[in-house]
Amino acid sequence: MKQVIAILAFVALANAQVPYERILKSASQPENWLTYSGSYQATRYSTLDQITRANVHRLKPAWIYQVRAHDKFETSPLVFDGIMYISEPPSDVTALDLRTGRPIWSYRRSIPAVPVCCGQVNRGVAVLDDQVFIGTLDAHLVALDLKTGRVRWDVEVADYRTANSITAAPLAVKDKVIVGIGGAEFGIRGFLDAYDAKTGKRAWRFWTAPGPGEPGNETWSGDSWKTGGAPTWVTGAYDPHENLVYWGTGNPGPDYAGDQRQGDNLYSDCLIALDAGTGKLKWHFQFTPHDVNDIDANEIPVLVDATFRGQPRKLVLFGNRNGFYYILDRLTGEYLLAKQFATQTWAKGLDARGRPIPNPASAPSPEGSKVYPDDDGAANWFSPSYDPQTGLFYQNVREKGAIYYLTEAPYIPGRQFLGASRRSIPGEEPWGAVRALNAMTGERQWEFRLQSPPWSGILSTAGGVVFTGDMEGNFFALDAARGNLLWRLQTGGAIYAGPITYMSEGRQYVAIAAGSALLVFSLDQ
Amino acid sequence: MGIFQQIAPFLLCGYALWAQPAPQQLLTPEDLAAGERMYRTQCASCHGARGEGGRGATLARPRLVHAPDDQAMFNVIANGIPDTEMPGHWFTDRETRQLVAFVRTLGRVPPQKVTGDAANGQKLYAGKGGCAACHTIGGRGGAIGPDLSEIGASRSLAYLRESLIAPEAAVPDGFLQVQLVTRNGSRITGVRLNEDTFSIQIRDLSGDFRSFFKTELAELNKQPGKSPMPSYTKIFTESELDDVVAYLDSLRGPQ
Repeated sequence: MKQVIAILAFVALANAQVPYERILKSASQPENWLTYSGSYQATRYSTLDQITRANVHRLKPAWIYQVRAHDKFETSPLVFDGIMYISEPPSDVTALDLRTGRPIWSYRRSIPAVPVCCGQVNRGVAVLDDQVFIGTLDAHLVALDLKTGRVRWDVEVADYRTANSITAAPLAVKDKVIVGIGGAEFGIRGFLDAYDAKTGKRAWRFWTAPGPGEPGNETWSGDSWKTGGAPTWVTGAYDPHENLVYWGTGNPGPDYAGDQRQGDNLYSDCLIALDAGTGKLKWHFQFTPHDVNDIDANEIPVLVDATFRGQPRKLVLFGNRNGFYYILDRLTGEYLLAKQFATQTWAKGLDARGRPIPNPASAPSPEGSKVYPDDDGAANWFSPSYDPQTGLFYQNVREKGAIYYLTEAPYIPGRQFLGASRRSIPGEEPWGAVRALNAMTGERQWEFRLQSPPWSGILSTAGGVVFTGDMEGNFFALDAARGNLLWRLQTGGAIYAGPITYMSEGRQYVAIAAGSALLVFSLDQ
Repeated sequence: MGIFQQIAPFLLCGYALWAQPAPQQLLTPEDLAAGERMYRTQCASCHGARGEGGRGATLARPRLVHAPDDQAMFNVIANGIPDTEMPGHWFTDRETRQLVAFVRTLGRVPPQKVTGDAANGQKLYAGKGGCAACHTIGGRGGAIGPDLSEIGASRSLAYLRESLIAPEAAVPDGFLQVQLVTRNGSRITGVRLNEDTFSIQIRDLSGDFRSFFKTELAELNKQPGKSPMPSYTKIFTESELDDVVAYLDSLRGPQ
């Protein structure tokens, strides 16, 4: 009998483990949600089709979990083997029973006073083998036992006292955990790191503001690279065939006082493709050279194999904070297409290679300069979605400008390092939209207008349904093909998170964080 | 409420946490000039070119309610005042100190002289003016317009007079006039209380709360710069206007 129990226990343990191969094949097990964007391709698309455009109006809450913290709740859950794993602000992790929504374990971390620009938030965890990983606001990477939440290892990624912080979900690839850093509003020097998943030992670091002797350092005047920002605070994507990690980088520092850092400021506002094993740069594409408007490229790179202009190609799609939708060749970084998807005035246009022609009138000035989008961007960290059935790229869009007054930007460690003050545009009421773009041309297929500029990600599903939310607390479903409203619920709290979907005991569920609650929906019976 | 107001507190709190003043240093005339430049570009549109007030509080006073000392004013500039139209700002500590110093000079302006009779103004407010139908003082009155219980502490005499003569010159945030036409043809004018992608809630001109899903509406016209308040030039004489202004100026909240 003891042997039987031991064997059962072993089987249970084995089942609970999430080896790399399982994440790799996430498309063949849509009942789970194994990585931040649902798959390494980061499409936030699910082949689940129990919930359809015909029945989604029957969606009802199955359970609700309330977090203790009151900061923005930005988690994108992971789900597998009967358990959901969420992060809670500021840097906590909770495992929830899928049947009841009841907590199984929680990891609670005391956070010192970390300088952060935009709230004590966290967007999710990663899983690999028998560990869950969280990047913390005080810039540590922590590995937790999947079954108990107990700490296996805890390593410092960077010094939080100089405003390094982690808010993004890590990305687990093969035997490594890749994690990005935030803090460009405080003059950090950005990087992307990989850690050995078993030991927590750092495997590689790629400096996104390169030092002397490193390629790209010549694009920074003087020592400006030392406080050059170029953070990596949004989770990237991975192409297993090429063994390349794709990651967006953010603004150079100081955000607005560009004269202090003359040059293109590589690798700020770039998409970088790094070898997952070594961290070596394969290619980069800089969307916004010498950015003076804080239009980070900290968005989700979406990897798609498709026919582009008659040729089958491996592509990366990118809805950029700067207001342009881009298609690049993901093997070479070759610029293929860009199309404006939101109001923007910072660029007069793009040249044939995708390099913007800046509009000097939009650069911050002592008298004040109006620019669209504002520093929250046309897009931001919130996830887009690519639906292979419709061929559409769904992007939540912010229509909002602001006026920027150039100010001083002295560097003081751990203090804000901006170079402008901001005012809203008098008399303008900002708004937002869900926009569906033809993924191969960037042409707008439909739009669903929102009262306010959104901060919610988008999920698309094979049921022909797109899920997203708005700032006034509405969580809603649209017809993926036409954009008409199919269902909605007022959740009572602003939505700063991306939806996910999964199956449990034969039923499809959709989960979203709203206000201080995680809500889980399924069809009524 | 626009997104800016919803997001701003999060963003600004984050920044503001680290915007703590260094010890005060002696400020030079150049510092004051720098403070004045910042004031002109970023503060004057709400607080008036000489701190006389407008959408924002009157700053040409020796004592400011939210900023009794320089440290408090530093914090107000950096962090804003929650639940008001005053946002936080991304100035450096030095710039904020320069601005504080300049704003203090505004307080040395001699206060404007009240010429009207406040007691008569109070009678006019309650009687001929019919002001209480839309405005609240001390918890009593209507809610179509702003609460005036502390209006004297935050608005100058000139501003108060102007708002009686030309109410649409400065409609405060949170009082957007909307005109709705329902699908069955009813026309309703009111002040927007809340709005989201799918619905709108208003207070109509009789003070009643109304809620509509947008699918129930044939038209939804937002009228920024419009106000249900009439001009009082034809209702009050010049001297009565002075009296009502004197009464409003006397409203400073619980003392």
